[in-house]
Amino acid sequence: MTAPNPSAIAQQSAVTVIVDEGKCIADKGCRICVDVCPTDILVIDLGNGKVRMAYDECWYCLPCQHDCPTQAIRVEIPYLLR
Amino acid sequence: METRHIDVDILVIGGGTAGPLAAIKAKQKAPQLKVLLLDKANVKRAGAIAEGMDSVNNAIIPGHATPEQYVKEITVANDGIVNQAAINAYAVRSHDMIRELDGWGVKFEKDETGDYAVKKVHHLGAYVLPMPEGYDIKKHVFKQIRKAGVEVSNRLVTTRLLVGEDGPSQRIAGAMALDSRSGGFVVIRAKAVVLCTGAAGRLGLPSSGYLFGTYENPTNAGDGYSMAYHAGAELSGLECFQINPLIKDYNGPACAYVTGPFGGYTVNAKGERFIKSDYWSGQMMLEFWRELEGGNGPVFLKLDHLAEETVTKIENVLHVTERPTRGLFHEGRGVDYRRDLVEMHISEIGLCGGHSASGVWVDEHARTTVPGLYAAGDLCNVAHNYMLGAFVFGKIAGEDAVDFIAGKDFAAFDAGEVEAERERVFAPLLRAEGLPPTQVEYKLRRMVNDYLQPPKVTAKMEIGRKRFAEIREDIGRLKANNPHELMRAIEVQAILDCAEMAAAASLYRTESRWGLYHYRTDHEERNDRDWFVFVEVRKGADGRPECFKRPVPPYLYPIADDERDAYDRLRVTAPLAA
Repeated sequence: MTAPNPSAIAQQSAVTVIVDEGKCIADKGCRICVDVCPTDILVIDLGNGKVRMAYDECWYCLPCQHDCPTQAIRVEIPYLLR
Repeated sequence: METRHIDVDILVIGGGTAGPLAAIKAKQKAPQLKVLLLDKANVKRAGAIAEGMDSVNNAIIPGHATPEQYVKEITVANDGIVNQAAINAYAVRSHDMIRELDGWGVKFEKDETGDYAVKKVHHLGAYVLPMPEGYDIKKHVFKQIRKAGVEVSNRLVTTRLLVGEDGPSQRIAGAMALDSRSGGFVVIRAKAVVLCTGAAGRLGLPSSGYLFGTYENPTNAGDGYSMAYHAGAELSGLECFQINPLIKDYNGPACAYVTGPFGGYTVNAKGERFIKSDYWSGQMMLEFWRELEGGNGPVFLKLDHLAEETVTKIENVLHVTERPTRGLFHEGRGVDYRRDLVEMHISEIGLCGGHSASGVWVDEHARTTVPGLYAAGDLCNVAHNYMLGAFVFGKIAGEDAVDFIAGKDFAAFDAGEVEAERERVFAPLLRAEGLPPTQVEYKLRRMVNDYLQPPKVTAKMEIGRKRFAEIREDIGRLKANNPHELMRAIEVQAILDCAEMAAAASLYRTESRWGLYHYRTDHEERNDRDWFVFVEVRKGADGRPECFKRPVPPYLYPIADDERDAYDRLRVTAPLAA
């Protein structure tokens, strides 16, 4: 499905949804944060099975942090707003 | 890309505030019906109240306020351009809705006698009901969705409505959607559709430059405005922008409705109060903007005079519910309400019925001008309706839709329309290369700021329309690499529709009205002789926005001459002691 777009380059942004991989249980099937994120920016990393932020589209609204059963997530205010 | 087909009796689009109530109430009234509630996010945490709400801004509770008082206040606050029947339809159901939500477990503040603890924030009446424990409102509503047997589908981005033939006339036939996870296409046939997709919250660009640092939940990109427009519905008041006073950079509410009753208020850089009421109106925003841009600026929220226990109480609301990262933001800046003023700013522009009056035209039954299509919540043009108005209009829409579909089958629609939409939706994915949707969105929204942000100037808005037309050419070059980016590409197109409609409506109304919301420096006076009307937008025969006037319906509650200008007298004339 994913085809690279030869006419664009990737932009870098600081990750502001910080996942504690030691606590994250996504590799055991948990999808709670991925499900509740309104902008759908959290994905499962195919390498380690843990959650990571994939798009710089965070509303810093906190359902991911509040609903995480293992308190593995800490949301920071996006750098541009700090 | 496979196409999935779904048939339902009533389709509710948007699982935030109005949508759940529409679905629950339709199902309660007619349990045999198939009612589908869909959302582009997840209904559990969808919409403007995903993290709860800190107060009801418009509670009409016997002993504190009457429907007549409320309808008159909103009429005056909105410079007379209201459909009082629609506002009254909310007002007379306000108390019952609070009691129903209370019964579901939603917590509202009560005094020692068990009466609702209503506070005065508006200029004239008392309608604010604090919700210090309002953070879990969505959970209580979601339980009712389950209990009622409503079907729920998440991560479906509705892209266009389907309108079908019904004899000589037309009526709603369904909707089409993109599954933003799988990339699948969904065609839903429905006998009635309730649109509850929220505000157009990604219209202007926040001054931070962060695309998703919006006042509104950024999932509310204006999809519903665009869909209603393409379905042939009438939109109303799109020149009456939403602009709010917010915490600078954080871009969330401070929030005066919470802090006001505790003694907090807005001051200028001299520490002086300059507005009598912190209730959000266009007139208040004009005074706020003048102070911000004038020699006494910037503007701050002042809480440093309050007692320690009062500040703690405020923190326990503001840092816990609605936008709970407020505390984290202040901590990062080293701001403590006990000793520091909170720097304020004004938001980017948006379209919103719930906070302003810009939305899809509906009557007192939540009916749009397309038979079988309803709109409720921030998307509809019922002025200043807020969260509780969204719940009530959702209920009205859901119940009316049950009556509408009685004896009706699905309306027949053109299969070619579905194929054309499939092509439009998937084009950015199939293209080999092109423009990233986020970059096109950034430029579009920056142009919205440069050319549409009040004060509005005719020549600037005309240039803005040219820039929007150029960006419309760029739509054919959007490139998405996956279904998520495809969702953003679809949203950019909705934002562009909103920008063009907002420009058309703003240019059409050649006067100034609603304070800052429609402040035209080259038409500085309010002109009731020619413009005491709604300005409506619909899709013209040439496929471009077409504007026309709709008369203001006769008032249910007449406004006396000495009442009508109350909101024009918001500025403090002699400085009050801070």
